[in-house]
This record gives sequence, C-alpha cells and structure tokens, in this order.
Amino acid sequence: MTTNTAIAPDSAPAQDNAPRLAGDLAIWFFILAELLAFGVFFAAYAFTRANNIELFNTEQLELNRHAGAINTILLLTASYFVVRAVQAAEREASRECANWLLGAILTGFGFILVKLTEYAAAFEHNISLSSSPFHMFYLSLTFFHFMHVILGLVILIAMWNGARQGRYRPGEMNGLETGAAYWHMVDLVWLVLFPLVYVIH
Amino acid sequence: MSKSMHGTPRTSTLLWATLILATIATWAMGALGETGTWGVALLAVISFWKGAVIILDFMALRHAPLLWRAVTMGWMVLVWAVIAIAYIKGLAQ
Repeated sequence: MTTNTAIAPDSAPAQDNAPRLAGDLAIWFFILAELLAFGVFFAAYAFTRANNIELFNTEQLELNRHAGAINTILLLTASYFVVRAVQAAEREASRECANWLLGAILTGFGFILVKLTEYAAAFEHNISLSSSPFHMFYLSLTFFHFMHVILGLVILIAMWNGARQGRYRPGEMNGLETGAAYWHMVDLVWLVLFPLVYVIH
Repeated sequence: MSKSMHGTPRTSTLLWATLILATIATWAMGALGETGTWGVALLAVISFWKGAVIILDFMALRHAPLLWRAVTMGWMVLVWAVIAIAYIKGLAQ
C-alpha cells in the first residue's frame, strides 16, 4: 500500500467532493432575502387576482406574451452561458470564460431591449401604476425584476473584466461563482413571474 | 482534477436545450389563449421543473449542504402551492 499523496503538495484535498455552496455565503443569504421578497409579491398578486378574476383575465390578454416568452428564452440562455463560463474557468480557459460571459451580457441586454419595447407599448396604451390593480402588479413586479436584471448585468460586466485579466481559475473561483449565483437567481424569479403574470388565467 | 460541481458542457447543453423546448411548448399552449384548468396545471408543473434545473444544476445546489437545497427548493414549493391555492379560490367564484 504505497501512496504518494503525502509528498504531493498539489494533490486534491480529500474533501473536494464534500457538499459546498458555490460562491460566497453572503450572496446566498442575499438570494434568500430576494426570494422572500419576490415570494410575498407573487402571493399578493395571486390572491388579488382571485378576488378580481374578470379584470385580471381581460387585462392579462392585452400583455405581449410573445415578448415575455422571448425574454424567458433570453434569460435561460444567458444563465446557460454563465454556467459555461464557470466551467471554462475551471479548465483555466480564461479567454473562453470571458467569451461566454460576453454572450451572457449580450443576451441580458436583449432582455432589456425587449422589456423596454414592451413598456413603451404599455405607456402608449396609458397603462400606469394607478390604471388598475392588474396594471399596478404588472408594472411593479416586472420593473422590480427589471432592476435586478440591470444589477445582474453590472455584475456580469465586472466578471467579464475579471475573466479577461485571467482572474478566475481553480482555487480562485469564488468571485465568479458568487456573481453567477446572483444571475441565476434573476433567471429563477422570472421563471415564476412569466407564467404567473403573463399566462395563467 | 476532481469532479466539478458545475457539471460538464455536454450535460449543461442538454439541460439548456430541454429548457428551451419546454419554454416553446408552454409558449404554444399560452398562444392558444384558453389554457383551461389542466393546461394551467401542466404549465405549473413544467415551470416548477424549469426552476428545479436552475436551482439544482445551474446554481449547483445539488452539491450544496442539504439545508440550502431544502430552503431553495422549499421556496419554490411554497410559491407554487400559494399560486395553486389562489387559483383554485378564483375558480370557486
């Protein structure tokens, strides 16, 4: 039973496959707080709708569901690109990591663009926070989420810079994993928001 | 190198393709206008599954301590349960 592990300082530690959180513990507490806030918002929407079925059903049909579905595809794709960026960093492929992050940034901006077109059309139809309970929820929920996409993009751009400087590699993954977790949270929330506000009636 | 908690490009590409297909399927359902109660139930199940992929695979919580997996998946169970209760309450009107 001879083994070299004792004299190989770079050998992987035994706990490498032990359960762990990807990224900073702090971001996970932040994510929980965000999920809680969105959860309360979703519950308020669902029960207000239950008491205003006719109004919600009629006004929901006026929303641009195609824009919502395209945005779902954009966010899912951006999340996938971020996963590929993390995987590239683990292979010490910094340039590849940066390119996947750039892809995520571009798809994220695609989401922003679609959303702005949607808002422009809504304002043209005089939809405002005070025009109806449904409009109030539609605008506040989507705008609250929109702000998270913008912050997510700022984080992605910072990570893109980091990746171009070769900052992320095995053992130095924390920054990238932390930002990635935040971005996935933005995607996760949209995966409830879109069916709830745009489709279920 | 030890096995990564973030999966391989192959598995994540497959997951992404399935997520997109599921989105297009629900898109087609929504485009029909009238989804009906069973359509809504199916939509909720598909949406729940999509969220589970994000949590377990993309956020890599499959490899996190059980408590974190339970809290995040529990959030999704709770949110969809509340949506279902409110939807059923609305049907009764």
